[in-house]
Amino acid sequence: MAKHATPKLDELESGPWPSFVSDIKQEAKSRARNADSVEYQVPVDAPDDLLGVLELSYTDGETHWKHGGIVGVFGYGGGVIGRYCDQPEMFPGVAHFHTMRVNQPAAKFYTTEFLRGICDIWDMRGSGLTNMHGSTGDIIFLGTQTAQLEEIFYELTHTMNTDLGGSGSNLRTPECCMGPSRCEFACYDTQDLCYTLTQDYQDELHRPAFPYKFKFKFDGCPNGCVASIARSDFSVIGTWKDDIKIDRSAVQAYANGEFKPNAGAHSGRDWGAFDIQAEVVDRCPTRCMRWDGGTLRINNRECTRCMHCINTMPRALKIGDERGASILVGAKAPVLDGAQMGSLLVPFVEVAEPYDAVKEVIENIWDWWMEEGKNRERLGETIKRLSFQKLLEVTNIKPQPVHVKEPRHNPYIFFKEEEVPGGWDRDLEAYRNRHKR
Amino acid sequence: MDADQQKVVDFLQSKTSKTKFYFQDFLEVFPDKGPRDVKKILTGMINAQILEFWSSGSTTMYGLKGRGKQTQAEEG
Repeated sequence: MAKHATPKLDELESGPWPSFVSDIKQEAKSRARNADSVEYQVPVDAPDDLLGVLELSYTDGETHWKHGGIVGVFGYGGGVIGRYCDQPEMFPGVAHFHTMRVNQPAAKFYTTEFLRGICDIWDMRGSGLTNMHGSTGDIIFLGTQTAQLEEIFYELTHTMNTDLGGSGSNLRTPECCMGPSRCEFACYDTQDLCYTLTQDYQDELHRPAFPYKFKFKFDGCPNGCVASIARSDFSVIGTWKDDIKIDRSAVQAYANGEFKPNAGAHSGRDWGAFDIQAEVVDRCPTRCMRWDGGTLRINNRECTRCMHCINTMPRALKIGDERGASILVGAKAPVLDGAQMGSLLVPFVEVAEPYDAVKEVIENIWDWWMEEGKNRERLGETIKRLSFQKLLEVTNIKPQPVHVKEPRHNPYIFFKEEEVPGGWDRDLEAYRNRHKR
Repeated sequence: MDADQQKVVDFLQSKTSKTKFYFQDFLEVFPDKGPRDVKKILTGMINAQILEFWSSGSTTMYGLKGRGKQTQAEEG
């Protein structure tokens, strides 16, 4: 029988979707049964009390968790977040319920041995509850006590060969798509870049000295499977410089219905015969394609790499051969000023070991943001406050038309006098005589 | 404790209204040093257990070890 009555939470199990409430109840039962005779180091009823405190929060309409804490592992300023319940006598199992963040493997390629290993550690030394994965992409261990932190850290680093992830004013755990390991659209090796930068920036990951959080994300192509353009301060998105490669016989095969569009992904109902004009050419956002019933032509100068045509006819259209990435900066979720998408900073960069070109941009940005950023100000907000032009100056990147999203709407590139041949002479007094304030 | 570390301690001890500070606050203590140099000083003091971190999960602050709300109080 459940330790606490949870009528409000039970409602959450009544919908069509899997419920986290059911998951927590399942873990509560499993811990009570303890079929594997685990020597639990935190209260066995932690999941029961978690349900209890959540039910109380729903009843009261306010949280019963305190804010933050000083707990951590020696030398690290991230990876552990102190969590304490403000009703410890009612819910002793979650009186201390710290979160740990663990660095996931690149692109989340797991072995079952690794998953069993981290679950065994967490069953014994934590609540057994995990969040696979958090919004940043790392493994989240939910609920342990201070005495267990160093033990868990030792096991993770010595037995599992992994590390804590980022939290607080740190570089957060970098995240990437699966890249060329399983995807023909990948324009660079996302996993290698993600791993290399994770190793190279260990100090930034574990020792907080930024104004606020900073996220890297690496998408191998503009399909953006890790949504870097929407979620990361520094977004690297694969792209190519040359033309989309066209296999004309394969185009014809799609037109004739021999190949299923989108690799057969839309097979749940009868969508009718495939129509290249309607489903590919007319959907091109820059209208850069033409189909005359026999030949498909692409004006590649106008292509914005939206990927729709390639996704629809992957056997006929392939990404170009001159591959690299675009770098966008400043995306964030809506804490202050609303959500922001990334702004294009570097239109094209070659992405090859040792990745010096990418690192140079990163480090120039950090040097500027660490000095000029206000407390709790994301990079995108600093750019908004001090101008994109300033960011171009500190990264030594020349303004280009592609930096302007909408002329007259965000004209953030201004000429300086020394940049204009002959400069300009202005008699401010005469100007003010003609134009009163 | 070297001279730079002493400056940090003096700064923190001069503040009476709060015990935890953002990294940016320490840049004012060392106007002639860049953020990376200041970070090295603070990291050394963390490793020497003169300072300790406080984290909300989204933001991190620094304080003198033992000052302000402590683990025992947090867990009490």
